[in-house]
Amino acid sequence: MATQHSRSAARLMMAPAVILLLGWMLVPLTMTLYFSFKKYLPLRGGDLGWVGFDNYTRFITSSAFWPSIQATLIIVGSVLAITVVLGVLLAILLDQPMWGQGVVRILVIAPFFVMPTVSALVWKNMFMDPVNGLFAHLWNAFGLTPVEWLSQASLTSIVMIVSWQWLPFATLILLTAIQSLDSEQLEAAEMDGAPPLYRFAYITLPHLARAITIVVLIQTIFLLSIFAEILVTTQGSFGTKTLTYLVYQRVLESQNVGLGSAGGVYAVILANIIALFLMRIVGKNLDA
Amino acid sequence: MGQITLEKVTKKFGNVEVIPPLDLTIHDGEFTVFVGPSGCGKSTLLRLIAGLEDMTSGTLRIDGQDATAIPPAKRGLAMVFQSYALYPHMSVRKNIAFPMRMAGVDQATQNAKIDAAAKALNLTDYLDRRPGQLSGGQRQRVAIGRAIVREPSAFLFDEPLSNLDAALRVGMRLEISELHKKLATTMVYVTHDQVEAMTMADKIVVLRAGHIEQVGSPLELYHTPRNTFVAGFIGSPKMNLIDGAEAEKHDAHTIGIRPEHIDVDAQGGPWQGKVGVAEHLGSDTFFHIHDTGLAETITVRAPGEVSFDHGDTVFLTPRDDKIHRFNAEGLRFS
Amino acid sequence: MSRTVTTQRKAINTALAWGIGLLIFFPILWTFLTSFKTEATAIADPPVFLFFDWTLENYSVVTERSDYARFLWNSIFIAGGSTILGIIVAVPAAWSMAFVPSHRTKDILLWMLSTKMLPAVGVLYPIYLLFIKMGLLDSRLGLTLVLMLINLPIIVWMLYTYFREIPGEILEAARMDGATLRSEIIYVLTPMAVPGIASTLLLNFILAWNEAFWTLNLTAAKAAPLTAFIASYSSPEGLFYAKLSAASTMAIAPILILGWFSQKQLVRGLTFGAVK
Ligand SMILES: Nc1ncnc2c1ncn2[C@@H]1O[C@H](COP(=O)(O)OP(=O)(O)O)[C@@H](O)[C@H]1O
Ligand SMILES: [Mg+2]
Repeated sequence: MATQHSRSAARLMMAPAVILLLGWMLVPLTMTLYFSFKKYLPLRGGDLGWVGFDNYTRFITSSAFWPSIQATLIIVGSVLAITVVLGVLLAILLDQPMWGQGVVRILVIAPFFVMPTVSALVWKNMFMDPVNGLFAHLWNAFGLTPVEWLSQASLTSIVMIVSWQWLPFATLILLTAIQSLDSEQLEAAEMDGAPPLYRFAYITLPHLARAITIVVLIQTIFLLSIFAEILVTTQGSFGTKTLTYLVYQRVLESQNVGLGSAGGVYAVILANIIALFLMRIVGKNLDA
Repeated sequence: MGQITLEKVTKKFGNVEVIPPLDLTIHDGEFTVFVGPSGCGKSTLLRLIAGLEDMTSGTLRIDGQDATAIPPAKRGLAMVFQSYALYPHMSVRKNIAFPMRMAGVDQATQNAKIDAAAKALNLTDYLDRRPGQLSGGQRQRVAIGRAIVREPSAFLFDEPLSNLDAALRVGMRLEISELHKKLATTMVYVTHDQVEAMTMADKIVVLRAGHIEQVGSPLELYHTPRNTFVAGFIGSPKMNLIDGAEAEKHDAHTIGIRPEHIDVDAQGGPWQGKVGVAEHLGSDTFFHIHDTGLAETITVRAPGEVSFDHGDTVFLTPRDDKIHRFNAEGLRFS
Repeated sequence: MSRTVTTQRKAINTALAWGIGLLIFFPILWTFLTSFKTEATAIADPPVFLFFDWTLENYSVVTERSDYARFLWNSIFIAGGSTILGIIVAVPAAWSMAFVPSHRTKDILLWMLSTKMLPAVGVLYPIYLLFIKMGLLDSRLGLTLVLMLINLPIIVWMLYTYFREIPGEILEAARMDGATLRSEIIYVLTPMAVPGIASTLLLNFILAWNEAFWTLNLTAAKAAPLTAFIASYSSPEGLFYAKLSAASTMAIAPILILGWFSQKQLVRGLTFGAVK
C-alpha cells in the first residue's frame, strides 16, 4: 500500500528507536558476558584476567545459589497462585450488578499505583512491626503473642506484600476479559439447562484462559526482578534472597563483578525462556 | 492543463499482476470514468496516477512531462476518497484550508477561496463545524471543496458516491457533473456503477482484471460494445446474450439484444415464452420471460404500463437492426 | 444483562465487593490517616481511626527536613522527561509500522518487546560502569535516558495499536494535499491520535515514577527521585510512623490520581493489546 518513497521514509523513521534499543540491549549485555569470564574485583585489584567458566561454576555451586532459586520460585509461584485465584474470584464479583461499581474498582486498583518502596515500608512498619504494627495490635487484642513477621515468616511476608501490589493488575485484566465475554453465550448455555458452576467451568474459565496466561507471563517477568521490596524490608536475610538480589549483592555490595555477571547471565537466560512463551502469545495477537 | 498519459503501465502486488501492461490517454478537460466490477483494479489504477502507489514498470506523463517519480503532493492532482478522508480534528474551514496552508498561501487568499468554495458547494453555514457533525452529502461536499481550492490540473475521484443513499447519490452526481462543466478541468472518476458511468462520462474506460476492455463515449459503448463483457456490463437492464441455434441463424457464435429492442405482445412473433416476474416502474415495465428455448431468461423492456400475468404466454419480436453479433472469442463483428 | 436482579442479590454483591475493596484499599487509607496523627497516636494500641486531633505537622516536618521538593522535582523531571523523549522517538517508529508495514514489522515489534524482558540485574554493572565513565551517575539526565529505554518498547507498542485504528486514507489525503511527511505527522496524525498519545503518556509516566531498580541503584543524593526519598526511611530513628505516612502520602498521591484515570490504558498497555 505504499510507495518506494514512503518505504524508505519508514525505514529512516524507525531507525532511532531500533538503534537505541539495539544499543541498550547489545552493549551492556556484551559487557556482562565479557566480565562473566573474568576475575574482576574493582575494589580489590580490578581486572585479574580470564578465568573461563569459573564464575559460572562458582556462582552455581555457591551455597547461596540454590536457596536463591528456591526463594525466587516460591515468591513468584505463590504470588502468581494468589493473584490469579483471587483475581478470578474478584473479577467475577466485580462483574456482578451492584451499587458503586466504579468506586470499588478504584479502591481495588489503587495498590498497583503505589511505588514499591512505599508499599514495602508501609507494610514493614505499620502492619508487620512486632511492637507497633497493626497486626501486633490485632494479635494482642486476641491475647496472642505478636508474630515477628519479617524474620519468623519472612517469605510469607514478602509474598503478602507483593501479592497486594499485583492483585489489582490481575483483577483488572481478568475483569476486562470477563466483560468481553459475549453474554449470549452464557444465556444460550442457561437455556440449554447448564447449572452455574458448569457454566463457569465450561464457558467463563476457557474464555479467561488467554487472559490468565497473559497475567501469568507478564507478572512472571516483573516478579522475577522484584528488588525494592526486598531491599527495603529484609535486605535479603531470613531466606528472602532472590536470584536478582543475590546478583545485586555480588555486583554492588561485594563488588565481585565477574561472579555477579555470571549470575546476571543466568537471570537473562531464565527470563528469556519465559519471554519466549510470552512472545508466542502476543505474536498471535498481532495477526488478529 | 491536465492531460494524463499512461504508457505500458503495470502494477504487481508481490507476484500478483493486478495491472497488466496498459496504455491510456486522458485528454485535458475530459471527464473520464473507469468502470468495472469490484476488484478489477480501478482503485489501483487511480492510485498509480495519484502517486500513492509505485508503478512496477511503465511511464506516467502529466501534460507531457514524465511524472513517474514525482511524489503525490507535487503532481498537481487532487483526490476525493471513498471515505472522504476528512481531517476529523479540523473544522470544515480548516479542512478546506489545509492544502493551501501546506502550499503557504497567504491568509487573505485562503479566506477568499474558502468563501468561494463554500458558496459554490452550499457549505457557508457549516464552515465552523467538524466533519463528525455533518451528513454524508455535506462531508462529500467538503471533500470536493478541499480538492477545488488546490486548483489542480486534474481531479481524481474514487467511488465518491458509494457511501451515500440512493436519493443523495443522484443529486451529487448532478453536482459533480455541473462542477465539471463549470471548471472544465480533467476529472478521472472511478465507479463500479455503470449508471454513474453512463450519465457522467465524456469517456468511459471499461476494465476487467486490469485489462482495458473498451474505451469510448457512453453512446459508443451502448451502440457498439466491442465484446460480450462490455455488452453485458453497459446498459440496464442487461443485454440479453443468446448462444446456439438462434445465433447461428445470424452467422454468429453469440448474439446480443437489449431489452428495450424487443417488442412483446400476445399475438405473435418469432420467439415465444412464459412471463415470469414483471417489474412495474410506471414509465416502463420489465418482463422476465422464461421457456423461450434461447436462454435461461430473456429480459424485455416494454414502454409504459403493459400488463401480462405470471404464466401468460407471450410472443417476442427482436428488432433485427439492433442485434449485436459476436464471434467465439466474444468479439464483436458486423 | 438486561435481566432484572433482585434487590437482595444486588445488596449482597454490593456489601461483599465494598468490603473486599475497602480491605484492599485499607493500607493506603491507613497511611493517609496516620499522616495526620501525632507520633504517639500513630502507634496507639488500640489503634485510633478517625477521632484524633488532626495535625499537619508531619507534612511540614517532612518537607523541611528532607528537601522533599528536590526529590519531587527529580521524580517529575525523570518520569516526565523519559516519557516525552520516549514519545518523540516512538511516534515516527510507530507511524512506520502502522502505515508502511512490511513483512518484517511484526518481527521488529516482537524484538523490541523482548528487550523489555531483559532483567535489569543482568546489565546492572555495565550500565553502572558506563554511567561512571560518562559522568552520568547520580544525574537526572542519565536516569531519564535509562527509563526512556526501558519504557520505549511499551510506548512504541501502545502508539502502534492506536495508530492502526486511524484510516490510512486520511494520511494519503494529506499527502495529496501537499503535506510533507513532517506536516503529515505533526498536523494530521498526531492531533488525531491525541487520546492514544495521552494514554501512553499517562501510563508510562506512572511506570517511570514508580520504577525502583534503576532509580535506587543509579542515584545518590543529587538526582534521587521519590522512590529513593522513601527508601531513606527504611532505617528509622525513634518514632516516625506519622512522618513516614506523610512522606508516603506525598509520594503516591499524585500518581494514584493519575492512575485512576488510566485504568483502561493500563490493561491495554501492559498486555500489549492482547486483552481488550
Ligand atoms: N495493497 C494491496 N496489496 C495486495 N493486493 C492488493 C492491494 N490493493 C489491491 N490489491 C488487489 O488488487 C486487486 C484490485 O484492487 P482494487 O484496485 O482495489 O479494485 P477495485 O477498486 O476495482 O475494486 C484486487 O484483487 C485486490 O485484492
Ligand atoms: Mg476500489
